[in-house]
Amino acid sequence: MEQEMKYILMMNTMRAGCGVPQWPQKDLQAHIAFMMGLNQELHERGELVSAEGLSFPDQAKLIRAGKDGRPITDGVFPESKEFLAGFWIIDVDGPERAYAIAAQVSAAPGPGGAPLNMPIEVRPIMAGPPPEML
Amino acid sequence: MNKPWDETCGYLLRELAPQVLGVLSRRFRDFASAEDAVQEAMIAAFRQWPQEGMPDNPRGWLIQVASRRMADQARSEIARRERETTVARDAESATLAFDIDSDLDPDDTLILLFMCCHPALSPSSAIALTLRAVGGLTTAEIARAFLVPEATMAQRISRAKQSIRDSGVPFRLPSPEERAQRLSAVLHVLYLIFNEGYASSIGAHLQRLDLAREAIRLTRNTKSLPPDHAEVTGLLALMLLTDARRAARSGPDEELIPLERQDRRLWDRAEIAEGLELLTAALSKGSVGFYQLQAAIAAVHDEAERAEDTDWPQILALYELLRRVSPGPMVTLNHAIAAAMVHGPAQGLQLLTALDADPHLAGHYRLEAVRAHLLEKMGDHEGAIKHYRVAARQTTSIPERNYLMAQAARLAGL
Repeated sequence: MEQEMKYILMMNTMRAGCGVPQWPQKDLQAHIAFMMGLNQELHERGELVSAEGLSFPDQAKLIRAGKDGRPITDGVFPESKEFLAGFWIIDVDGPERAYAIAAQVSAAPGPGGAPLNMPIEVRPIMAGPPPEML
Repeated sequence: MNKPWDETCGYLLRELAPQVLGVLSRRFRDFASAEDAVQEAMIAAFRQWPQEGMPDNPRGWLIQVASRRMADQARSEIARRERETTVARDAESATLAFDIDSDLDPDDTLILLFMCCHPALSPSSAIALTLRAVGGLTTAEIARAFLVPEATMAQRISRAKQSIRDSGVPFRLPSPEERAQRLSAVLHVLYLIFNEGYASSIGAHLQRLDLAREAIRLTRNTKSLPPDHAEVTGLLALMLLTDARRAARSGPDEELIPLERQDRRLWDRAEIAEGLELLTAALSKGSVGFYQLQAAIAAVHDEAERAEDTDWPQILALYELLRRVSPGPMVTLNHAIAAAMVHGPAQGLQLLTALDADPHLAGHYRLEAVRAHLLEKMGDHEGAIKHYRVAARQTTSIPERNYLMAQAARLAGL
Protein backbone atom coordinates (compact mmCIF):
# COMPACT_ATOMS: atom_id res chain seq x y z
CA MET A 1 0.00 0.00 0.00
CA GLU A 2 1.38 3.36 -0.95
CA GLN A 3 0.52 6.44 1.02
CA GLU A 4 -1.74 8.95 -0.61
CA MET A 5 -0.26 12.12 -1.87
CA LYS A 6 -1.30 15.34 -3.57
CA TYR A 7 -0.27 16.26 -7.09
CA ILE A 8 -0.87 19.23 -9.34
CA LEU A 9 -1.64 18.54 -13.01
CA MET A 10 -0.87 21.56 -15.15
CA MET A 11 -2.25 21.97 -18.60
CA ASN A 12 0.05 24.23 -20.59
CA THR A 13 -1.03 25.56 -23.93
CA MET A 14 1.17 26.97 -26.64
CA ARG A 15 0.80 30.71 -26.71
CA ALA A 16 0.86 30.75 -30.51
CA GLY A 17 -2.32 28.74 -30.78
CA CYS A 18 -4.06 30.28 -27.82
CA GLY A 19 -7.33 32.11 -27.76
CA VAL A 20 -10.75 30.66 -28.25
CA PRO A 21 -10.21 27.56 -30.37
CA GLN A 22 -11.78 27.78 -33.81
CA TRP A 23 -13.42 24.37 -33.65
CA PRO A 24 -16.81 23.29 -34.92
CA GLN A 25 -19.47 23.71 -32.25
CA LYS A 26 -20.01 20.00 -31.78
CA ASP A 27 -16.29 19.42 -31.16
CA LEU A 28 -16.19 22.28 -28.67
CA GLN A 29 -19.17 20.81 -26.86
CA ALA A 30 -17.60 17.38 -26.83
CA HIS A 31 -14.42 18.86 -25.34
CA ILE A 32 -16.29 20.74 -22.63
CA ALA A 33 -18.43 17.71 -21.82
CA PHE A 34 -15.29 15.58 -21.55
CA MET A 35 -13.66 17.97 -19.07
CA MET A 36 -16.80 18.23 -16.96
CA GLY A 37 -17.22 14.48 -16.99
CA LEU A 38 -13.62 14.02 -15.92
CA ASN A 39 -14.02 16.42 -13.00
CA GLN A 40 -17.18 14.63 -11.97
CA GLU A 41 -15.40 11.29 -12.13
CA LEU A 42 -12.50 12.55 -10.00
CA HIS A 43 -14.96 13.98 -7.50
CA GLU A 44 -16.90 10.72 -7.30
CA ARG A 45 -13.72 8.77 -6.74
CA GLY A 46 -12.87 11.07 -3.85
CA GLU A 47 -9.69 12.25 -5.52
CA LEU A 48 -10.44 15.83 -6.52
CA VAL A 49 -9.09 18.62 -4.34
CA SER A 50 -9.69 21.39 -6.85
CA ALA A 51 -9.80 22.09 -10.56
CA GLU A 52 -9.61 25.51 -12.11
CA GLY A 53 -9.51 26.91 -15.59
CA LEU A 54 -7.59 30.15 -16.01
CA SER A 55 -8.48 33.18 -18.06
CA PHE A 56 -6.71 33.77 -21.34
CA PRO A 57 -3.35 35.50 -21.12
CA ASP A 58 -4.84 38.79 -22.33
CA GLN A 59 -6.24 39.08 -18.81
CA ALA A 60 -2.87 38.44 -17.17
CA LYS A 61 -0.90 41.22 -15.49
CA LEU A 62 2.62 41.07 -14.18
CA ILE A 63 2.88 42.78 -10.82
CA ARG A 64 5.99 43.84 -8.94
CA ALA A 65 6.32 45.77 -5.72
CA GLY A 66 7.69 49.25 -6.15
CA LYS A 67 10.14 50.87 -3.72
CA ASP A 68 7.23 51.89 -1.52
CA GLY A 69 5.82 48.37 -1.64
CA ARG A 70 2.90 49.39 -3.84
CA PRO A 71 2.00 47.30 -6.87
CA ILE A 72 3.47 48.28 -10.21
CA THR A 73 1.95 46.76 -13.30
CA ASP A 74 4.30 46.04 -16.13
CA GLY A 75 3.12 47.80 -19.24
CA VAL A 76 4.18 45.16 -21.66
CA PHE A 77 3.27 41.56 -21.03
CA PRO A 78 6.37 39.51 -21.85
CA GLU A 79 6.05 36.90 -24.54
CA SER A 80 6.42 33.39 -23.17
CA LYS A 81 6.02 30.37 -25.38
CA GLU A 82 3.52 28.60 -23.17
CA PHE A 83 0.92 29.62 -20.69
CA LEU A 84 -0.98 27.79 -18.00
CA ALA A 85 -4.54 27.19 -19.16
CA GLY A 86 -5.78 25.29 -16.15
CA PHE A 87 -4.85 22.94 -13.36
CA TRP A 88 -6.13 20.12 -11.20
CA ILE A 89 -5.07 19.32 -7.67
CA ILE A 90 -5.68 15.68 -6.87
CA ASP A 91 -5.14 13.50 -3.81
CA VAL A 92 -4.34 9.97 -4.92
CA ASP A 93 -2.67 6.72 -3.87
CA GLY A 94 0.73 7.12 -5.46
CA PRO A 95 2.25 8.60 -8.62
CA GLU A 96 0.93 5.94 -11.05
CA ARG A 97 -2.64 7.07 -10.43
CA ALA A 98 -1.61 10.71 -10.92
CA TYR A 99 0.01 9.81 -14.26
CA ALA A 100 -3.07 7.86 -15.33
CA ILE A 101 -5.29 10.88 -14.68
CA ALA A 102 -2.84 13.13 -16.54
CA ALA A 103 -3.02 10.80 -19.53
CA GLN A 104 -6.81 11.01 -19.40
CA VAL A 105 -6.64 14.82 -19.43
CA SER A 106 -4.08 14.73 -22.21
CA ALA A 107 -6.37 12.71 -24.44
CA ALA A 108 -9.22 15.23 -24.25
CA PRO A 109 -11.01 15.35 -27.60
CA GLY A 110 -10.11 18.15 -30.03
CA PRO A 111 -11.27 18.97 -33.55
CA GLY A 112 -13.04 16.06 -35.15
CA GLY A 113 -13.06 14.29 -31.79
CA ALA A 114 -9.41 13.24 -32.16
CA PRO A 115 -7.44 13.14 -28.90
CA LEU A 116 -5.38 16.29 -28.37
CA ASN A 117 -2.59 14.47 -26.52
CA MET A 118 -1.63 17.70 -24.80
CA PRO A 119 1.44 17.68 -22.56
CA ILE A 120 0.36 17.65 -18.92
CA GLU A 121 2.91 18.58 -16.29
CA VAL A 122 2.56 16.49 -13.12
CA ARG A 123 4.29 17.62 -9.93
CA PRO A 124 4.02 16.38 -6.36
CA ILE A 125 2.75 18.95 -3.90
CA MET A 126 5.17 19.47 -1.04
CA ALA A 127 3.37 17.59 1.69
CA GLY A 128 5.45 14.46 2.00
CA PRO A 129 6.34 13.14 5.41
CA PRO A 130 9.55 14.41 7.00
CA PRO A 131 11.18 11.26 8.33
CA GLU A 132 13.37 11.23 11.39
CA MET A 133 16.79 12.34 10.36
CA LEU A 134 19.92 10.52 11.33
CA MET B 1 -30.72 14.33 34.54
CA ASN B 2 -28.24 15.27 31.87
CA LYS B 3 -24.55 15.33 32.64
CA PRO B 4 -22.94 18.65 31.70
CA TRP B 5 -20.78 18.49 28.61
CA ASP B 6 -17.01 18.59 28.88
CA GLU B 7 -14.11 17.46 26.75
CA THR B 8 -14.24 13.85 27.96
CA CYS B 9 -17.78 13.59 26.59
CA GLY B 10 -16.43 14.06 23.07
CA TYR B 11 -14.08 11.15 23.59
CA LEU B 12 -16.82 8.98 25.04
CA LEU B 13 -19.08 9.82 22.12
CA ARG B 14 -16.38 8.67 19.69
CA GLU B 15 -15.83 5.46 21.61
CA LEU B 16 -19.54 4.72 21.31
CA ALA B 17 -19.64 5.13 17.52
CA PRO B 18 -18.35 1.65 16.58
CA GLN B 19 -20.51 -0.02 19.24
CA VAL B 20 -23.63 1.67 17.90
CA LEU B 21 -22.63 0.89 14.34
CA GLY B 22 -22.14 -2.76 15.27
CA VAL B 23 -25.62 -3.00 16.75
CA LEU B 24 -27.23 -1.38 13.71
CA SER B 25 -25.22 -3.30 11.14
CA ARG B 26 -26.22 -6.62 12.63
CA ARG B 27 -29.79 -5.57 13.19
CA PHE B 28 -30.45 -4.18 9.71
CA ARG B 29 -27.88 -6.27 7.83
CA ASP B 30 -26.86 -3.19 5.88
CA PHE B 31 -23.48 -1.86 6.91
CA ALA B 32 -23.40 1.00 4.39
CA SER B 33 -26.75 2.54 5.41
CA ALA B 34 -26.08 1.89 9.09
CA GLU B 35 -22.78 3.71 8.79
CA ASP B 36 -24.50 6.76 7.28
CA ALA B 37 -27.17 6.69 9.97
CA VAL B 38 -24.59 6.52 12.77
CA GLN B 39 -22.69 9.41 11.22
CA GLU B 40 -25.89 11.49 11.24
CA ALA B 41 -26.58 10.52 14.84
CA MET B 42 -23.01 11.51 15.79
CA ILE B 43 -23.43 14.91 14.13
CA ALA B 44 -26.76 15.37 15.94
CA ALA B 45 -25.12 14.45 19.25
CA PHE B 46 -22.21 16.83 18.73
CA ARG B 47 -24.74 19.57 17.99
CA GLN B 48 -27.16 18.79 20.82
CA TRP B 49 -25.19 17.43 23.75
CA PRO B 50 -22.86 20.37 24.38
CA GLN B 51 -25.98 22.50 24.95
CA GLU B 52 -28.32 20.09 26.63
CA GLY B 53 -25.79 17.94 28.44
CA MET B 54 -25.17 14.27 27.91
CA PRO B 55 -28.18 11.94 28.14
CA ASP B 56 -28.22 9.30 30.88
CA ASN B 57 -27.86 6.53 28.38
CA PRO B 58 -25.78 8.03 25.57
CA ARG B 59 -25.45 4.73 23.72
CA GLY B 60 -29.20 4.20 23.79
CA TRP B 61 -29.72 7.76 22.58
CA LEU B 62 -27.39 7.21 19.61
CA ILE B 63 -28.94 3.84 18.75
CA GLN B 64 -32.39 5.34 18.84
CA VAL B 65 -31.53 8.36 16.70
CA ALA B 66 -29.59 6.27 14.20
CA SER B 67 -32.37 3.65 14.02
CA ARG B 68 -34.89 6.35 13.34
CA ARG B 69 -32.73 7.63 10.49
CA MET B 70 -32.63 4.15 9.06
CA ALA B 71 -36.38 3.80 9.36
CA ASP B 72 -36.85 7.19 7.68
CA GLN B 73 -34.57 6.09 4.92
CA ALA B 74 -36.40 2.80 4.50
CA ARG B 75 -39.72 4.63 4.45
CA SER B 76 -38.67 7.08 1.76
CA GLU B 77 -37.22 4.23 -0.22
CA ILE B 78 -40.52 2.41 0.02
CA ALA B 79 -42.51 5.54 -0.78
CA ARG B 80 -40.39 5.95 -3.85
CA ARG B 81 -41.40 2.51 -4.91
CA GLU B 82 -45.03 3.42 -4.17
CA ARG B 83 -45.53 0.61 -1.76
CA GLU B 84 -47.41 0.40 1.51
CA THR B 85 -45.85 2.40 4.33
CA THR B 86 -46.79 -0.08 7.01
CA VAL B 87 -43.59 -2.02 6.54
CA ALA B 88 -41.56 1.03 7.45
CA ARG B 89 -43.76 1.78 10.44
CA ASP B 90 -43.30 -1.77 11.66
CA ALA B 91 -39.57 -1.45 11.16
CA GLU B 92 -39.54 1.74 13.18
CA SER B 93 -41.51 0.45 16.15
CA ALA B 94 -39.41 -2.69 16.17
CA THR B 95 -36.17 -0.75 16.28
CA LEU B 96 -37.29 1.46 19.10
CA ALA B 97 -38.38 -1.43 21.24
CA PHE B 98 -35.36 -3.68 21.12
CA ASP B 99 -33.24 -4.23 24.14
CA ILE B 100 -30.21 -2.08 23.63
CA ASP B 101 -27.66 -3.71 25.88
CA SER B 102 -28.35 -7.32 25.00
CA ASP B 103 -27.66 -6.38 21.42
CA LEU B 104 -24.08 -5.31 22.12
CA ASP B 105 -21.34 -7.57 20.95
CA PRO B 106 -17.81 -7.07 22.23
CA ASP B 107 -16.46 -8.21 18.86
CA ASP B 108 -18.15 -5.38 16.97
CA THR B 109 -15.23 -2.97 16.96
CA LEU B 110 -12.90 -5.68 15.78
CA ILE B 111 -15.31 -6.75 13.03
CA LEU B 112 -15.55 -3.12 11.92
CA LEU B 113 -11.78 -2.74 11.86
CA PHE B 114 -11.47 -5.84 9.69
CA MET B 115 -14.16 -4.51 7.36
CA CYS B 116 -12.83 -0.97 7.04
CA CYS B 117 -9.24 -2.11 6.53
CA HIS B 118 -10.22 -4.75 4.01
CA PRO B 119 -7.38 -5.44 1.56
CA ALA B 120 -9.81 -4.75 -1.32
CA LEU B 121 -9.84 -1.05 -0.36
CA SER B 122 -7.23 1.47 -1.43
CA PRO B 123 -5.20 2.82 1.50
CA SER B 124 -6.78 6.27 1.35
CA SER B 125 -10.31 4.79 1.36
CA ALA B 126 -9.47 2.42 4.18
CA ILE B 127 -8.01 5.26 6.24
CA ALA B 128 -11.01 7.53 5.69
CA LEU B 129 -13.57 4.82 6.43
CA THR B 130 -11.71 3.58 9.51
CA LEU B 131 -11.54 7.09 10.97
CA ARG B 132 -15.26 7.56 10.44
CA ALA B 133 -16.75 4.16 11.23
CA VAL B 134 -14.37 3.05 13.99
CA GLY B 135 -12.93 6.39 15.08
CA GLY B 136 -16.30 8.13 15.26
CA LEU B 137 -14.96 11.20 13.48
CA THR B 138 -17.12 13.34 11.25
CA THR B 139 -16.51 13.62 7.53
CA ALA B 140 -15.71 17.31 7.99
CA GLU B 141 -13.00 16.54 10.56
CA ILE B 142 -11.42 13.88 8.36
CA ALA B 143 -11.53 16.16 5.33
CA ARG B 144 -9.81 18.93 7.28
CA ALA B 145 -7.16 16.51 8.50
CA PHE B 146 -6.28 15.54 4.95
CA LEU B 147 -6.80 19.03 3.51
CA VAL B 148 -9.35 17.98 0.94
CA PRO B 149 -12.90 19.30 0.43
CA GLU B 150 -15.56 17.68 2.59
CA ALA B 151 -17.54 16.59 -0.49
CA THR B 152 -14.47 14.78 -1.82
CA MET B 153 -13.96 12.97 1.47
CA ALA B 154 -17.65 12.02 1.58
CA GLN B 155 -17.29 10.49 -1.88
CA ARG B 156 -14.18 8.60 -0.85
CA ILE B 157 -16.05 7.10 2.08
CA SER B 158 -19.13 6.14 0.10
CA ARG B 159 -16.94 4.53 -2.57
CA ALA B 160 -15.14 2.58 0.11
CA LYS B 161 -18.48 1.29 1.36
CA GLN B 162 -19.50 0.42 -2.18
CA SER B 163 -16.36 -1.70 -2.51
CA ILE B 164 -17.22 -3.46 0.72
CA ARG B 165 -20.74 -4.09 -0.56
CA ASP B 166 -19.41 -5.38 -3.88
CA SER B 167 -16.91 -7.68 -2.24
CA GLY B 168 -19.75 -9.23 -0.21
CA VAL B 169 -17.81 -9.25 3.06
CA PRO B 170 -20.21 -10.47 5.72
CA PHE B 171 -20.52 -8.59 9.01
CA ARG B 172 -18.74 -11.13 11.16
CA LEU B 173 -15.25 -11.99 12.27
CA PRO B 174 -13.04 -13.51 9.56
CA SER B 175 -12.11 -17.14 9.99
CA PRO B 176 -9.14 -17.85 12.28
CA GLU B 177 -7.01 -18.76 9.24
CA GLU B 178 -7.78 -15.42 7.64
CA ARG B 179 -7.39 -13.47 10.85
CA ALA B 180 -3.60 -13.01 10.84
CA GLN B 181 -3.45 -11.69 7.30
CA ARG B 182 -6.39 -9.37 7.86
CA LEU B 183 -4.91 -8.14 11.11
CA SER B 184 -1.77 -7.07 9.31
CA ALA B 185 -3.91 -4.94 6.95
CA VAL B 186 -5.56 -3.33 10.00
CA LEU B 187 -2.17 -2.58 11.56
CA HIS B 188 -0.91 -1.12 8.31
CA VAL B 189 -3.85 1.29 8.10
CA LEU B 190 -3.32 2.38 11.72
CA TYR B 191 0.39 2.83 11.00
CA LEU B 192 -0.42 5.01 7.96
CA ILE B 193 -2.80 7.17 10.00
CA PHE B 194 -0.07 7.68 12.60
CA ASN B 195 2.52 8.55 9.94
CA GLU B 196 0.18 11.05 8.34
CA GLY B 197 -0.36 12.66 11.73
CA TYR B 198 3.33 12.62 12.51
CA ALA B 199 4.17 14.26 9.20
CA SER B 200 1.56 16.96 9.59
CA SER B 201 2.48 17.82 13.17
CA ILE B 202 5.17 20.08 11.71
CA GLY B 203 4.11 22.96 9.56
CA ALA B 204 1.30 25.39 9.20
CA HIS B 205 -1.48 22.89 9.86
CA LEU B 206 -2.34 23.71 13.44
CA GLN B 207 -6.04 23.58 12.71
CA ARG B 208 -5.80 19.96 11.68
CA LEU B 209 -7.11 17.14 13.73
CA ASP B 210 -4.38 15.35 15.64
CA LEU B 211 -4.18 12.18 13.58
CA ALA B 212 -1.24 10.81 15.54
CA ARG B 213 -3.35 10.91 18.71
CA GLU B 214 -6.29 9.35 16.87
CA ALA B 215 -4.04 6.55 15.61
CA ILE B 216 -2.79 5.92 19.16
CA ARG B 217 -6.36 5.86 20.46
CA LEU B 218 -7.51 3.41 17.76
CA THR B 219 -4.48 1.19 18.27
CA ARG B 220 -5.11 1.18 22.00
CA ASN B 221 -8.67 0.04 21.29
CA THR B 222 -7.45 -2.61 18.89
CA LYS B 223 -5.01 -3.87 21.49
CA SER B 224 -7.82 -4.27 24.02
CA LEU B 225 -9.60 -6.64 21.64
CA PRO B 226 -8.86 -10.31 21.23
CA PRO B 227 -6.69 -11.81 19.86
CA ASP B 228 -3.97 -10.20 21.94
CA HIS B 229 -1.38 -10.14 19.20
CA ALA B 230 2.25 -9.17 19.88
CA GLU B 231 2.39 -7.01 16.73
CA VAL B 232 -0.58 -4.88 17.89
CA THR B 233 1.27 -4.24 21.14
CA GLY B 234 4.43 -3.59 19.14
CA LEU B 235 2.66 -1.04 16.96
CA LEU B 236 1.23 0.79 19.98
CA ALA B 237 4.71 0.82 21.55
CA LEU B 238 6.21 2.17 18.32
CA MET B 239 3.66 4.98 18.18
CA LEU B 240 4.20 5.98 21.80
CA LEU B 241 8.00 5.80 21.60
CA THR B 242 7.93 7.98 18.47
CA ASP B 243 5.22 10.39 19.59
CA ALA B 244 7.18 10.97 22.82
CA ARG B 245 9.67 13.09 20.84
CA ARG B 246 7.00 15.35 19.40
CA ALA B 247 7.83 18.48 21.43
CA ALA B 248 11.54 18.21 20.58
CA ARG B 249 11.41 17.52 16.88
CA SER B 250 10.69 21.01 15.62
CA GLY B 251 11.99 24.43 16.60
CA PRO B 252 10.21 27.73 17.19
CA ASP B 253 9.99 28.38 13.44
CA GLU B 254 8.71 24.86 12.84
CA GLU B 255 12.11 23.86 11.51
CA LEU B 256 12.97 20.19 11.67
CA ILE B 257 15.36 19.19 14.44
CA PRO B 258 17.07 15.85 13.78
CA LEU B 259 17.16 13.22 16.50
CA GLU B 260 20.81 13.83 17.35
CA ARG B 261 20.22 17.52 18.06
CA GLN B 262 16.92 17.29 19.91
CA ASP B 263 16.63 18.60 23.45
CA ARG B 264 15.92 15.28 25.09
CA ARG B 265 14.54 16.93 28.21
CA LEU B 266 11.47 17.73 26.10
CA TRP B 267 10.73 14.08 25.44
CA ASP B 268 7.59 12.76 27.07
CA ARG B 269 8.84 10.42 29.82
CA ALA B 270 5.42 8.95 30.53
CA GLU B 271 4.92 7.95 26.89
CA ILE B 272 8.42 6.45 26.77
CA ALA B 273 7.82 4.47 29.96
CA GLU B 274 4.54 3.11 28.64
CA GLY B 275 6.08 2.31 25.28
CA LEU B 276 8.96 0.42 26.90
CA GLU B 277 6.61 -1.56 29.09
CA LEU B 278 4.45 -2.55 26.12
CA LEU B 279 7.49 -3.46 24.07
CA THR B 280 8.84 -5.72 26.81
CA ALA B 281 5.46 -7.43 27.04
CA ALA B 282 5.29 -7.90 23.26
CA LEU B 283 8.82 -9.25 22.92
CA SER B 284 8.26 -11.77 25.69
CA LYS B 285 5.59 -13.43 23.53
CA GLY B 286 8.11 -14.93 21.16
CA SER B 287 7.31 -14.11 17.54
CA VAL B 288 9.06 -10.88 16.65
CA GLY B 289 7.59 -8.84 13.79
CA PHE B 290 8.08 -5.60 11.88
CA TYR B 291 6.40 -3.26 14.38
CA GLN B 292 8.09 -4.76 17.43
CA LEU B 293 11.49 -4.38 15.79
CA GLN B 294 10.76 -0.80 14.77
CA ALA B 295 9.60 -0.12 18.31
CA ALA B 296 12.76 -1.73 19.68
CA ILE B 297 14.88 0.61 17.56
CA ALA B 298 12.84 3.63 18.70
CA ALA B 299 13.33 2.42 22.28
CA VAL B 300 17.13 2.31 21.94
CA HIS B 301 17.07 5.94 20.80
CA ASP B 302 14.68 6.95 23.56
CA GLU B 303 16.79 5.28 26.23
CA ALA B 304 19.93 7.24 25.35
CA GLU B 305 20.29 10.25 27.61
CA ARG B 306 22.48 12.02 25.07
CA ALA B 307 22.78 11.35 21.33
CA GLU B 308 26.36 10.15 21.84
CA ASP B 309 25.14 7.55 24.34
CA THR B 310 23.06 5.81 21.65
CA ASP B 311 23.74 2.08 21.54
CA TRP B 312 24.42 1.89 17.81
CA PRO B 313 25.68 -1.73 17.82
CA GLN B 314 22.29 -2.74 19.19
CA ILE B 315 20.47 -0.69 16.58
CA LEU B 316 22.60 -2.28 13.88
CA ALA B 317 21.72 -5.74 15.20
CA LEU B 318 18.02 -4.81 15.17
CA TYR B 319 18.26 -3.62 11.56
CA GLU B 320 19.92 -6.92 10.66
CA LEU B 321 16.86 -8.67 12.06
CA LEU B 322 14.47 -6.24 10.39
CA ARG B 323 16.16 -6.93 7.05
CA ARG B 324 15.30 -10.57 7.47
CA VAL B 325 11.74 -10.07 8.77
CA SER B 326 10.68 -7.26 6.47
CA PRO B 327 13.19 -6.42 3.73
CA GLY B 328 12.76 -3.16 1.86
CA PRO B 329 14.76 -0.24 0.48
CA MET B 330 14.24 2.00 3.52
CA VAL B 331 15.28 -0.76 5.89
CA THR B 332 18.42 -1.29 3.80
CA LEU B 333 19.16 2.42 3.92
CA ASN B 334 18.67 2.67 7.67
CA HIS B 335 20.84 -0.40 8.09
CA ALA B 336 23.62 1.42 6.23
CA ILE B 337 23.21 4.41 8.54
CA ALA B 338 23.53 2.19 11.60
CA ALA B 339 26.58 0.48 10.09
CA ALA B 340 28.17 3.88 9.53
CA MET B 341 27.55 4.81 13.15
CA VAL B 342 29.21 1.60 14.33
CA HIS B 343 32.03 1.15 11.81
CA GLY B 344 32.62 4.72 10.70
CA PRO B 345 31.37 6.91 7.84
CA ALA B 346 33.75 5.40 5.29
CA GLN B 347 32.11 2.01 5.54
CA GLY B 348 28.69 3.64 5.52
CA LEU B 349 29.52 5.42 2.27
CA GLN B 350 30.69 2.15 0.79
CA LEU B 351 27.35 0.54 1.64
CA LEU B 352 25.53 3.47 0.04
CA THR B 353 27.42 2.91 -3.21
CA ALA B 354 25.90 -0.57 -3.32
CA LEU B 355 22.45 0.99 -2.83
CA ASP B 356 22.88 3.20 -5.90
CA ALA B 357 22.11 0.08 -7.91
CA ASP B 358 18.78 -0.44 -6.11
CA PRO B 359 16.04 0.80 -8.44
CA HIS B 360 13.84 1.75 -5.46
CA LEU B 361 16.54 3.88 -3.90
CA ALA B 362 18.65 5.25 -6.73
CA GLY B 363 18.17 9.01 -6.78
CA HIS B 364 15.93 8.94 -3.70
CA TYR B 365 16.46 12.05 -1.62
CA ARG B 366 16.94 10.04 1.57
CA LEU B 367 19.90 8.27 0.04
CA GLU B 368 21.41 11.62 -0.96
CA ALA B 369 20.68 13.17 2.45
CA VAL B 370 22.42 10.27 4.22
CA ARG B 371 25.35 10.46 1.81
CA ALA B 372 25.68 14.18 2.50
CA HIS B 373 25.62 13.55 6.22
CA LEU B 374 28.33 10.88 6.00
CA LEU B 375 30.49 13.01 3.71
CA GLU B 376 30.26 15.79 6.26
CA LYS B 377 31.45 13.40 8.96
CA MET B 378 34.38 12.47 6.74
CA GLY B 379 35.26 16.15 6.50
CA ASP B 380 34.38 16.36 2.79
CA HIS B 381 32.37 19.55 3.05
CA GLU B 382 32.25 20.23 -0.66
CA GLY B 383 30.79 16.81 -1.37
CA ALA B 384 28.38 17.17 1.54
CA ILE B 385 27.10 20.53 0.29
CA LYS B 386 26.53 19.06 -3.17
CA HIS B 387 24.54 16.10 -1.89
CA TYR B 388 22.54 18.11 0.66
CA ARG B 389 21.43 20.27 -2.26
CA VAL B 390 20.58 17.29 -4.46
CA ALA B 391 18.50 15.88 -1.62
CA ALA B 392 16.80 19.25 -1.07
CA ARG B 393 15.75 19.31 -4.71
CA GLN B 394 14.24 15.83 -4.51
CA THR B 395 12.30 15.76 -1.26
CA THR B 396 8.54 16.37 -1.22
CA SER B 397 8.48 17.67 2.34
CA ILE B 398 8.86 21.39 2.95
CA PRO B 399 10.29 21.07 6.49
CA GLU B 400 12.75 18.53 5.14
CA ARG B 401 13.73 20.75 2.22
CA ASN B 402 14.27 23.70 4.55
CA TYR B 403 16.39 21.53 6.79
CA LEU B 404 18.55 20.21 3.96
CA MET B 405 19.06 23.67 2.43
CA ALA B 406 20.06 24.97 5.87
CA GLN B 407 22.67 22.19 6.19
CA ALA B 408 24.17 23.10 2.83
CA ALA B 409 24.17 26.80 3.74
CA ARG B 410 25.82 26.11 7.10
CA LEU B 411 28.67 24.15 5.51
CA ALA B 412 29.10 26.73 2.77
CA GLY B 413 29.48 29.36 5.47
CA LEU B 414 26.53 31.30 4.07
